[in-house]
Amino acid sequence: MPELLKVNNLVTQFKTESGVVKAVDGVSYYINEQEIVGLVGESGCGKSVSQLSVMQLISAPGEITGGEVIFEGQNLLEYKANGPEMRSVRGARIAMIFQEPMTSLNPVLTIGQQLTEMLVLHMKMNDEAARKRAIDLMGLVGIPAAEKRIDDYPHHFSGGMRQRVMIAMGLSCNPRILIADEPTTALDVTTQAQLLEMMKDMVQRFRASLVIVTHNLGVVARYAQRIYIMYAGRIVESGTTKEIFGQPRHPYTIGLLKCIPRLDEAEGTKLVPIVGLPPNLINMPPTCAFLPRCSYKIDKCFKEPWPELTPVSDNHFIRCYANTEENKK
Amino acid sequence: MISFIIRRILQSLVVLVIVSMLVFLAMRLLPGDPIRMILTVSSAESFSEEQIAQVRHEYGLDRSLFIQYFDWVGGILHGDMGNSILQRIPVSDEILRRIPITFHLGILAFIFGLLIGIPVGIISAVRRGTWLDTLVVTLSNLGITVPAFWLGVLLMWVFGYYLRWLPIMGYTSPFTDFWYNTKQLIMPVFCLTLFPIASTARQTRSSMLEVMRQDYIRTAWSKGLTERVIITKHALKNGLIPVVTLAGMAVPMIVGGTVLIETVFNIPGMGRLAVTSVLNQDYPYVQGIVIIVSAAVLLVNFIVELVYGWLDPRIRYD
Amino acid sequence: MVNEATPNVADNGRLELPPGVSEWHRFRRVFLSRGVVVFGMIIMVLFIFVAIFAPLIAPYDPYEPDLDNTLQNPSAAHWLGTDALGRDTLTRIIYGTRTSLEIGLIVVAFACIIGITLGTLAGFYGGWTYIIIMRFVDALMSFPMILLALVIAALLGGGMKNVIIALSVALMPGYARLMCGQVLSVKQNDYILAARSMGASNLRIMLRHVVLNCVSPIIVQITMMLGVTILAEAGLSFLGIGITPPTAAWGNMVADAQQYLLVLPILSFAPGLALMLVVFAFNMVGDGLRDALDPRLRGIL
Repeated sequence: MPELLKVNNLVTQFKTESGVVKAVDGVSYYINEQEIVGLVGESGCGKSVSQLSVMQLISAPGEITGGEVIFEGQNLLEYKANGPEMRSVRGARIAMIFQEPMTSLNPVLTIGQQLTEMLVLHMKMNDEAARKRAIDLMGLVGIPAAEKRIDDYPHHFSGGMRQRVMIAMGLSCNPRILIADEPTTALDVTTQAQLLEMMKDMVQRFRASLVIVTHNLGVVARYAQRIYIMYAGRIVESGTTKEIFGQPRHPYTIGLLKCIPRLDEAEGTKLVPIVGLPPNLINMPPTCAFLPRCSYKIDKCFKEPWPELTPVSDNHFIRCYANTEENKK
Repeated sequence: MISFIIRRILQSLVVLVIVSMLVFLAMRLLPGDPIRMILTVSSAESFSEEQIAQVRHEYGLDRSLFIQYFDWVGGILHGDMGNSILQRIPVSDEILRRIPITFHLGILAFIFGLLIGIPVGIISAVRRGTWLDTLVVTLSNLGITVPAFWLGVLLMWVFGYYLRWLPIMGYTSPFTDFWYNTKQLIMPVFCLTLFPIASTARQTRSSMLEVMRQDYIRTAWSKGLTERVIITKHALKNGLIPVVTLAGMAVPMIVGGTVLIETVFNIPGMGRLAVTSVLNQDYPYVQGIVIIVSAAVLLVNFIVELVYGWLDPRIRYD
Repeated sequence: MVNEATPNVADNGRLELPPGVSEWHRFRRVFLSRGVVVFGMIIMVLFIFVAIFAPLIAPYDPYEPDLDNTLQNPSAAHWLGTDALGRDTLTRIIYGTRTSLEIGLIVVAFACIIGITLGTLAGFYGGWTYIIIMRFVDALMSFPMILLALVIAALLGGGMKNVIIALSVALMPGYARLMCGQVLSVKQNDYILAARSMGASNLRIMLRHVVLNCVSPIIVQITMMLGVTILAEAGLSFLGIGITPPTAAWGNMVADAQQYLLVLPILSFAPGLALMLVVFAFNMVGDGLRDALDPRLRGIL
């Protein structure tokens, strides 16, 4: 079965006062039908920008300068950013929800207005039908008393509730893919868990695929089937969740996993942070971007440019010269 | 919502009372004895102390300040603002005659300011960085620097004297001769409305740019809506909020402007009256004008607050 | 997950620190980035220079009439011609610069000081202090500036001193409101709580945080208000209130020249143009300052 979404060598740049930032530097990945995929990395690694690029929501000083985004057989990047084709994809075929529920909803429009406008636009419903559907959706995502609350404004809802509204909005037109950009980062831990569980249920119910973009490996551990790890604008490791957690191979991934506190560790085990800071993305050297912080580096890493993604097993790829299997640190 | 309205009305009334007290005190604390002024104006003879005391009693100026104030306020509520020192006629008569004229000028300036300023600002923001935007920004920057009175003199020279296209002064009632009245008003209204248009355009552009950067606009784009819908439905309501404040502030600006413009173009409105009565030291007029202008501005502010409440639901439940 | 930068990561020759641009450099770069702002800055400096060195620059005496040479057209001897009393227009414009800038600066300084004090008091103490001060400020603010200045000037008489008082009173509410708003929002901010929890005394917290936060909007407001004040003063002197002839002020020069509009239009044009230039300069500099100091103010100021 062909992939639902295939991204090839996506490059997105930002022109800043200090230079050109290659936020996304040749990213390739794919999403299958009804799959949950995790995209993990630190702030600034390009994960959000890559998803915004897929939706062509990048505006000046940013620019998508290379690559393809093949969705349903079409390269989306061939469409004009705000042209009718792209607009018919956004919201209806690929939807996105964002990190900050507090600011992502329009404060002067009611929740109902913001929910129904998509239904009217993409699903061609009339106002009455759209309103009914909106109430149903609100109930599905767990908002109590939906009938009364549909005419409320965003500031009447808590952060968790607003995020539920966003999820309802995202799924309202039955998109094939829902992209969730740090959906739970701004929420407290209990709400996080509830929300993720609900998202998984909803996505299954709607038979959509879900992309969870996050910096928190723990979030994707439970729900994602496959994971991509990003660093400095490129994917450095990809594989099934089981393999990534069971046999991480890239030094960065290993480092990330060492940072997560685990209940099954012996008492007194120390958390090992990754030394150093994320790199400055302007004027990156051709060598591996993780080099300054790597504990596995070998001679080859200093001389050769950053390697391509190479397979270590069937579905497990890494971008590394060092053989971390043998040199466990 | 009702309590919101009531509270705002009460606050406005308090401010009005404060203003009236300030004005009253100011006038009474004037250097110079109003009695002597009244008497000296009307005749060249000198008066004896008794006669002065009698006139004082006649005008009620020998009572305590409190009583005088309440008397005055009572008079106002009955439409009586006292008599002009110079002309011995009721102040309210002249003021009432002039209000419609100034109102005519002011309303036109205000409406043009919004009708032209807001759309121009929006277009400029949406087409940011294009030649259109640069043009608008340059013109509006110029618009807020031109001294209105100087522009009036200039226009008078070009269109009145030189080209002889437009009449250079006066005001005929639109009911008497609508077309002539319109020709008379073109230059004054233009001078008066230039600043409001320019500052409204600037402010609208500014706040629309701010709004367009917001997260919820990005959400709107991600939903696949058209640019037109995003601007009119999502951005506009948010972007107009600061513009409403500006509109509220534009009213005192316009009223202030009428003072100068009416003088330049010799239009018999309230602004001109204010200037002449200040120069002639005819204080009852000044008092009356201050109260009326104050009340008008407060009314406008009140309406502005109401519009705020309608635009931004977060404020309604203050 | 990430700790401090380790300095010995220079293996590939690069020290991994974020690009360090000093605040001053950034300010300078943003401020000078727009041509109009630079232009405004140059004009502003020029006018200040002219105002300070007026007696050295002006070719003639601004007061002395020369009845043999009245209403002359611009010529080599009189670049902008002469007025009805034979006084050189260029000289009077130069001296008018002095009047305008002097009054502008003094008025803004007074308005600023009084307004800031009132605003801070109202914001800091809240309660009745706030209500009384703010209602008073509202009353003043709801009033057209020119009219207010007119009334006060009427009360106190004409002359420079009273014009200054009148305009200061009219301008003050803007600062009071600004300051009060700033104080209120700083009061509520989390970092005040944080500072308190670290034991800093109330007054110290207030002063430090409030001052730091308010500097930018106040500076921008000052430049903007300078333009407004100069225009207002010109309007007042045009009406015959405030600075009256023979003192050279651009407003009364325009008024005087009105009657000679057909004969010698430059008498009206020149002072108006000077006015425009100065106000434009201040406005542009104000814009530039605002963008360079804190672009977030763009929606507000």
